Amino acid sequence: MLAVGLGHYLTVSALLLVMGIFGIFLNRKNVIVILMSVELILLAVNLNLVAFSAALGDLAGQVLAMFVLTVAAAEAAIGLAIVVIYFRNRGSIEVEDVNMMKG
Amino acid sequence: MNWILALPELVLACCGMAILVIGVLNKRDMFQACSMLTVGAFLLTAVLVIAGPTGVGYSGMYTADAFSLFVKLMILAAAGLGVIVALDYNEHANMQRFEFPVLVLYAATGMMLMASSSNMMTMYVGVELMSLSIYVLAAFARDELRSAEAGLKYFVLGALASGLMLYGISLVYGFSGSMGFEQMAKVLADPAKVSPGLVVGLVFIVAGLAFKISAVPFHMWTPDVYEGAPTPVTAFMGTAPKVAAMALLIRVMATPFGHLLAQWQQLIVLVAIASMVLGSFAAIAQKNIKRLMAYSSIGHMGYALIGLAAGNAVGVRGVLFYLFTYIFMNAGTFACIIAMRRKGRYVEGIADLAGLSRTDPALAMWLAVFMFSMAGIPPFSGFLGKYFIFTAAVQQGLWTLAVIGVLTSVVGAYYYIRIIKVMYFDAPAEAFDARPGSLSFVAAASGLFTTLFFFYPAPVVAAAEAAAKVLFR
Repeated sequence: MLAVGLGHYLTVSALLLVMGIFGIFLNRKNVIVILMSVELILLAVNLNLVAFSAALGDLAGQVLAMFVLTVAAAEAAIGLAIVVIYFRNRGSIEVEDVNMMKG
Repeated sequence: MNWILALPELVLACCGMAILVIGVLNKRDMFQACSMLTVGAFLLTAVLVIAGPTGVGYSGMYTADAFSLFVKLMILAAAGLGVIVALDYNEHANMQRFEFPVLVLYAATGMMLMASSSNMMTMYVGVELMSLSIYVLAAFARDELRSAEAGLKYFVLGALASGLMLYGISLVYGFSGSMGFEQMAKVLADPAKVSPGLVVGLVFIVAGLAFKISAVPFHMWTPDVYEGAPTPVTAFMGTAPKVAAMALLIRVMATPFGHLLAQWQQLIVLVAIASMVLGSFAAIAQKNIKRLMAYSSIGHMGYALIGLAAGNAVGVRGVLFYLFTYIFMNAGTFACIIAMRRKGRYVEGIADLAGLSRTDPALAMWLAVFMFSMAGIPPFSGFLGKYFIFTAAVQQGLWTLAVIGVLTSVVGAYYYIRIIKVMYFDAPAEAFDARPGSLSFVAAASGLFTTLFFFYPAPVVAAAEAAAKVLFR
């Protein structure tokens, strides 16, 4: 039977990270999907931290994972609030409509 | 001991909560009062920072030293100026809500934590406290589409950058076995312990912090967010967070990764060159002065990074000195930009400045001083900053960097001086509305500092030198 080692966790977390980044850059539909992608990135980080923490026998990684969870909640709240005021002004949250200023 | 070390941050955070309560409990419009209290809290914190002891606290998670002291004073000064320039603007732009100064205050708390962090956890919490406050500030004019869009863009890209930085932290933690800067430095002193995974983590951390200082290639958000955010918020974003993120970048590169100089030096050199080139060339075509200032700040961060690329105490002294002069130039410039109000509406075009020397000679003079200083023309303070940076680079044999820096600052001089030309030689446009005292104060104080700093820079040089020496023992 295949033992699940550190390498497996790191691979999954790297895949999650890449999915999150692609979710932000390739997504042409909806801003909410971007918020979901951001959460995905943070989850990848948490998985990484907890896996390393277990492998090293050091608690610091798990402590930081708790901090990340807390900050992720605050970040989601602020992100949704900004999406709401954007929707009130623009009437849409399509990614392609976020183009008032050309950068 | 721990409590006393972190007293400035603790007091500032408690002041923030008190101001929030004062703002909520009063039925009247508390914006001006809360702003004044916030400036008072900054002054109190500055006193505590200066009078406080130095040392390492909270099991090595928090460091108070000469470096953090210098950086914190810069942050507090920049944040205080940011609150003052907002006083009048927010009244006219219908955003006189007391949460504004409180958000600036919490952002400043996060920045001070960044300046003092000596552990990846403190660093992350500080960065997030700063970023989350500034996301809200960018979208503060909530009835205005441009502000909401700026907030949205800044949030999405900022969250991505934080995520990348955090991923880097997790890799560095895993491959070095600890989160404390000092412990990591000890582990990494042995070249055999430096694995590819660790270097990848280092690159991710640099990417995340480069986003916060808006260095190329992580600058995409800067012009849009600068243009869309309310102007006082842009003024604040252009100064304090840049200082804090640059200080954090310096500390992270110098303390835990000090032995990996060869790995990160190339990276910083490339980022610096790209920032200087893009900052100077992209600004030429701009018609909106806030966008121009965005590209200008990208370029300035490129110059500051030259000092970090030198990788020694002389270079870091240059960076700190450069940032010190940059804060006042930038705050003063934005005070002048906020004064651009015609018939009750704020205007942002460079063309709107036409003939300002005849309609408002004082404003034109201060803006000209800041533009000359940013272009690096002696005897203004911006020249001294560039001088320290370029000498540090030359001493370390980074000739390419120094030469490219000088050439791009010549290009930069073109668009700074174009503004002066518009103000002094173009046919006058309609006069601006009367300037409020707060903006005249910030413009005149920063302008006097920028002009007269040349006569007596010694105390700042000495403080910056003491700060830089802490990191390179």
